[in-house]
Amino acid sequence: MNYQEVAEEFTSLSDSDRLQLLLEYADDLPEPPARFGENPELMERVEECQAPVFIAVEGDSDRVELFFSAPREAPTTRGFASVLNTVCNLRSAQEILDLTDDFPSMLGLDKLISPLRVRGMRGMLFRIKRKTRELAA
Amino acid sequence: MSEEAKIEGYATQNVLVTTDWLAANLTEVTIVESNEDILLYDTGHIPGAVKLDWHTELNDQVRRDYLDGENFAKLMRQKGISRDDTIILYGDKSNWWAAYAFWVFKLFGHEDVRLLDGGRMKWVAEERPLTKDKPSRPEGNYPAVEREDGSIRAFRDDIGKHSPSPLIDIRSPQEYTGERLHMPDYPNEGAARGGHIPGARNIPWGRLVQEDGSFKPKGELESILLGETGFAHTDSFVTYCRIGERSSLTWFALKYLLGISDVRNYDGSWTEWGNLVGVPIAQGEEPGVFAQ
Repeated sequence: MNYQEVAEEFTSLSDSDRLQLLLEYADDLPEPPARFGENPELMERVEECQAPVFIAVEGDSDRVELFFSAPREAPTTRGFASVLNTVCNLRSAQEILDLTDDFPSMLGLDKLISPLRVRGMRGMLFRIKRKTRELAA
Repeated sequence: MSEEAKIEGYATQNVLVTTDWLAANLTEVTIVESNEDILLYDTGHIPGAVKLDWHTELNDQVRRDYLDGENFAKLMRQKGISRDDTIILYGDKSNWWAAYAFWVFKLFGHEDVRLLDGGRMKWVAEERPLTKDKPSRPEGNYPAVEREDGSIRAFRDDIGKHSPSPLIDIRSPQEYTGERLHMPDYPNEGAARGGHIPGARNIPWGRLVQEDGSFKPKGELESILLGETGFAHTDSFVTYCRIGERSSLTWFALKYLLGISDVRNYDGSWTEWGNLVGVPIAQGEEPGVFAQ
């Protein structure tokens, strides 16, 4: 799904279903490959998020691969990571860099879970873009 | 020391319960979960627990303030909570948000509120039951009670008057010195200046809890909060942090576990003080002196 479709998926739902959908995304976040567990320095911590979440961005300008690690006791953060994984993973660097910075606010979650919490997702997107830019350079 | 003996040693009884006690009294009390993560409750909670969100429910969504009496009563009724219920609060992050909710319940004078010692983490670590079933509770009976801010809440204008009485800054050492504007690994919630309120002593909240998230015994709390600082039982205290949640935990420990009568939480905390025009700020490891 592209980012407009994901945003549409969220905003078409009632408030409680929207949170339920975020929870489903959290459940679907793929676990990072074992090599990251053995070498945690390969991942970068997203400081803007309240819960510890780590990202890694690999590949080249044609195909960027993302990896996330976030604890089960932080489902909101896992949900954000999983949504970004859906719209960014295995895309070209240009597609990722073209994704609007306002995407986190397009999901209709600011009011439901507070803008402060949504800010963590902006931090994650910011770091994904920065690392993508480094890869593509 | 057994958990029961530890709890019997605190200055106030019936404010902190063990996981064993809660497991044996699940249906006798009203259990309320209050977390930092708004979805955590939905992944599984203590059977019968009601969800309460600090950010979207306890706060007024327009003013930076808590709900007023009428809206708090409405929220309680919706959640099936009555004025004479025994409420057991618990949550993630060593009960930060549960302690914060406890403090808000006390602003409204709710008589019987208790914290689950060790919070969600301890309950989960002990592999006690969790469920995704949401309780269906009949509407509660909760009258509108006026919020009473005077005795346990401090405002910015109270700080100067309070000084040089004990002021406890429970943030991380780096936030206290001004080296950083927010908790390590947390978002900057917007403070223009770094440092601490002059005169405040730095006792990071984490020093009050044990590895399993439960409170340290009374003797240890006393040596940290009073012994190291030279503060006395008879002093008046104000606690603060960044937005008032972690300092609720220290407020709770001072007031109930040590039995100090005058303790207020300054919920404006650093996100207010660090943005106020013209107020004194100290940087570095020394508390400094509050210049009146």
